[in-house]
Amino acid sequence: MSTDTVESAAAVPEDVVDPRLLVREQGVRGYWVIFRRRVRGGELGALPVVIGLAIIWTIFTSQEPRFLSAQNLTNLLLQVAAVGTISVGIVLVLLLGEIDLSVGSVSGLCACVLAVLNIKQGWPVVPAIIAAILVGTVIGTLQGLIFTRFGVPSFVVTLAGLIGWQGVQLAVLGKTGTINFPFDGGIAKLTNTFFPPVIGYALVVVAVAAYVAAALADARRRVRSGLPGRPFTDTVFKAIGIAVLLAVAVFVLNSDRGTPLALLIFVGFVVLFDLILRRTRYGRSIFAVGGNVEAARRAGLNVNVIRVTVFALCSTMAAIGGILAASRLLAANQSSGSGETLLYAIAAAVIGGTSLFGGRGSTYSALLGILVIGSIANGMDLLGLESSIKFMITGAVLLAAVVLDALARRGRTAHGRG
Amino acid sequence: MTATNQQPVLELRGISKRFGAVQALSAVDFEVREGEVVGLVGDNGAGKSTLIKVIAGVGPNDDGVIRFEGREVTIGRPLDAQALGIATVYQDLALCDNLDVVANLFLGREDLRGGLLDEVVMERRAGELLRSLAAKIPSVRIPVASLSGGQRQTVAISRSLVGDPKVVILDEPTAALGVAQTAQVLELIERLKDRGHAVILITHNLADASAVCDRIVVLRLGRNAGDFRIGEVSQEDVVAAITGASDNVVARRAARHAAQPPAGQGNGSEEVKA
Repeated sequence: MSTDTVESAAAVPEDVVDPRLLVREQGVRGYWVIFRRRVRGGELGALPVVIGLAIIWTIFTSQEPRFLSAQNLTNLLLQVAAVGTISVGIVLVLLLGEIDLSVGSVSGLCACVLAVLNIKQGWPVVPAIIAAILVGTVIGTLQGLIFTRFGVPSFVVTLAGLIGWQGVQLAVLGKTGTINFPFDGGIAKLTNTFFPPVIGYALVVVAVAAYVAAALADARRRVRSGLPGRPFTDTVFKAIGIAVLLAVAVFVLNSDRGTPLALLIFVGFVVLFDLILRRTRYGRSIFAVGGNVEAARRAGLNVNVIRVTVFALCSTMAAIGGILAASRLLAANQSSGSGETLLYAIAAAVIGGTSLFGGRGSTYSALLGILVIGSIANGMDLLGLESSIKFMITGAVLLAAVVLDALARRGRTAHGRG
Repeated sequence: MTATNQQPVLELRGISKRFGAVQALSAVDFEVREGEVVGLVGDNGAGKSTLIKVIAGVGPNDDGVIRFEGREVTIGRPLDAQALGIATVYQDLALCDNLDVVANLFLGREDLRGGLLDEVVMERRAGELLRSLAAKIPSVRIPVASLSGGQRQTVAISRSLVGDPKVVILDEPTAALGVAQTAQVLELIERLKDRGHAVILITHNLADASAVCDRIVVLRLGRNAGDFRIGEVSQEDVVAAITGASDNVVARRAARHAAQPPAGQGNGSEEVKA
């Protein structure tokens, strides 16, 4: 080893310092600088969605003050939980650079399987739910296998699924058009359960404490390894931000009926899959396949296994979403999972900032995106607008999100962030 | 670093490969020693890539023997090559643009801590690795897409070193680079040599080859067409071997072998004093 190498190794490891961290250490002005650079570089993150959401809420509140009432906001969250859960699965598939068009039909089919098992066959609630979810897993595995084995584009495989599983759904229902769930049954409890204020606030404390503990532990390890750490103020600001946001949300929910179980299920999946994506080898491999399949293959990753499992997860999430939807509707019928379910699930992921081109995104985009779509649908319902206008506006929002995604991609390319 | 008397790390004897009606390789011999940089040159279609694919396990040989550290081995899959300690840097680099440098370096070999990715250890190892190669990367936490061509090449080569391989194969690492970046990569190759890796450098650029290689092996139409020691040979001789204008013992032996079906072992390993 030459002397200059030894010297540079001993000196401050300038070449391994994260530029973002460097800027941040200059204080509050640093945040502004990094923010501007990111926007110009096409790394908009959640910013457009948050702004969009603020605009949407302002408009609806000005037209109809009830929009921001605790009751309506709770209803809004209950409305979006089902499709949002489906959208989490869509995010995973989009990260691979693929698409799953069958999620609507799969969610409907699984809801009907649940209804038939629980009501007609008399299965207890839990085994019936597990069976319905497994049906989703099997369907996803099957579609993933067809996609990988025969090299058929996922678009086509799942388009066939979109029609085919709807047929199966009708067959499962048979002559019964609609199967109702009892108002006080286990299925209904998924939507009807609200946690008292204490539990809501306890969850906020646990979440913030977990974040702070993880951040501090990470910072300590980084310092011990001689790596540049995230500034302490950064962690504090973020922790305060999370705490305020969650506390306000729980406060609003508590002013109505409390924290709904369905919402916790949805948000729980968002957080869980976010951790899987960012912190596990499996999640990393999903990003790798979405970024460059050939690179992933040469790195020794089993691309086909990753693809099949992601499609299986997506359909599993679709099944869970279908069950939540059935619980809210207290019924499963021939139109379960049809209509806008599919469109909303995909639109939510894209509006939230997950790229259609693969390799970029996060499950939080499902949460943000479905809030945007849910707010529009809910607000227009409150205003009593026609379906025609609702569809046109939702379509326009989706289009705007996709254009933004394409523009951001172009911005990244221009700034060499590909 | 002269290593001529050592046993070769990787030794190929009588390697043949056929694609349908095309005999891509016929009885090719090749060897590389520890701390040695061997240039593999030849015209388009000479069989360089095919030979590399045999070594990397992407396209196994039909015939012939591969010895790794003296042991006879079969390399049927890329994983076999990886397990032996053969790393390949392909021309297209195979990096994930959306992932940062650390993620790319350790892709498929991530450090884990309690089942989760250990970013701290990986970032530290990445810094150490890049510094040991004196590689200039602005930050290990930026997406690879924002790096220059030379930096990307550096990341790709560094990536191949993560498993501490014995043999590193570089497929035209300087093909798309400018002057300064080429120099950067050539320096990197010298560092690989200093670290004791055996390096196989595929290139079209004879100036690059003579700058860093100890030996140059020439392939022509799927056969050995010369094995030259740098410093004992002029660029013209190498060009002659590449184009088939040379008349040397290897070419003549190869021509003889063409008359009879490949007998397996024994041609082309003699060195040609030019």
